[in-house]
Amino acid sequence: MHPAVVRATVARVLRQLGHDHRSVGLVLGIPVLLLTLLYYMFVDVPVPPGQPSTFDRVGLIMLGIFPFVVMFLIPSIAMQRERASGTLERLMTTPMGKGDLLGGYGIAFSLVATLQAALGCAVAYLVFGLETEGSVLLVVLVAVLNAVLGVALGLLASAFARTEFQAVQFFPLIALPQILLCGLFVPRDQMAGWLEAVSNVLPMTYAVEALQDVGANAEPTGTFWRDVAVVAGCVVAAVALAATTLRRRTP
Amino acid sequence: MGGGPAAGGTTLSAAVEVRELSVRRGSHRALRRLSLDVPLGTITGLLGPSGSGKTTLMRAVVGTQVVTSGTVRVLGLPAGDARLRRRVGYVTQDASVYGDLTVAENARYFATVAGRDRDAATRAVDVVGLASRAGQRVDTLSGGERNRVSLACALVGAPDLLVLDEPTVGLDPVLRADLWQTFADLRDAGVTLLVSSHVMNEADRCERLVLLREGELLGQFTPQELRDTGGTDDPDEAFLRLVRRHAEQRHRGEG
Repeated sequence: MHPAVVRATVARVLRQLGHDHRSVGLVLGIPVLLLTLLYYMFVDVPVPPGQPSTFDRVGLIMLGIFPFVVMFLIPSIAMQRERASGTLERLMTTPMGKGDLLGGYGIAFSLVATLQAALGCAVAYLVFGLETEGSVLLVVLVAVLNAVLGVALGLLASAFARTEFQAVQFFPLIALPQILLCGLFVPRDQMAGWLEAVSNVLPMTYAVEALQDVGANAEPTGTFWRDVAVVAGCVVAAVALAATTLRRRTP
Repeated sequence: MGGGPAAGGTTLSAAVEVRELSVRRGSHRALRRLSLDVPLGTITGLLGPSGSGKTTLMRAVVGTQVVTSGTVRVLGLPAGDARLRRRVGYVTQDASVYGDLTVAENARYFATVAGRDRDAATRAVDVVGLASRAGQRVDTLSGGERNRVSLACALVGAPDLLVLDEPTVGLDPVLRADLWQTFADLRDAGVTLLVSSHVMNEADRCERLVLLREGELLGQFTPQELRDTGGTDDPDEAFLRLVRRHAEQRHRGEG
């Protein structure tokens, strides 16, 4: 790894994104917009006494899911553009290491993700009065981590996409099953055994469990930290795998 | 810059040595048992019609092409060796730069990647004559200007060998002449250049010529030898005669 090259790549990727004002607006605005939609969807739904409101339950989980969704596609497309424009091939003839490039991408988009997650949490807590037993900082932590997971899986998916069309198709393939099976729609212990087994190996499951844990406990539990570690491990594994699929020589 | 001893301590005469190189792309034989040399400190022109294997050969030289058989040695090292990444500059046919960044931002980024400073970036932008456009976004430039940005981003690394894929395509005659002058200046500074073109009348700008057709080597010449061998002053006509002669020889060989 060359720290100067990683830094330059982070700056370059952020500058490219910064030149595209509409994309910046979309990245930061979409989660806020969706949270608003979600709030008004549930605001009049009656809740049995003593239960948390539906928005408290679902909105909390969505704080983790929205950044994942938004951040999956962006690096995936950005990497595909790098391939199509010939700049990737050019970079592979320079002293730049594969880790420098992926690290640069990962860090740049993670910074954006942090901003996005923080903004989403601010709106959910301050505007819509989201309530959790645990600290909002832990929610931000999981939301950021989940966005970084999106970045890492997006980079990995782009390695298997030859065109931008394919890169977009990887989104429903990789992201939707994780959202369906994470325990939001059907509690995991009520799923068929084999579905629960699939759910057990999907990283999103652990992010959602961590968020539910913050929602229910004033202090972070051992389960929370284990879940955070699992998601972080998946991030590292996805980036490492993406690096091995990056080829200097192509047919 | 330039020359320099080979890895083994012997003095190099060829910047690039290609021996019996074959490349298959899918079922297509892109290069067939190619052997050629690019002498140090020269501008060597790689000429041939589109589809003759020029880009494949250049990608093999810079080490981005998976080769089927044969060897390519560059500056005394196997092509693609990590040590060459600081010494070889590659400019692809389509400008491989970031359109959503300015000229200076592109040059500075590739300078950092090559381990050079901001001054190197400024100098490279100067050399390609784009100093007055340094603050402009690349996607607002003309095609010819974009290609020159791409060239600047290869020059920032101060390479010993520059591999340029059709750098003059789509340029007006004045810009084309300017660019060839830039290449000559680089050569005088000790850089070896391998420049491809499908325009035969650029042959006279080079000291050495490598002629390719359908993945096969038609021959290596000086511009004068090409005229003598072809028996004409018109490089296009000389190329045509060589192709015919090559076909006849092969026909006899098979018959």
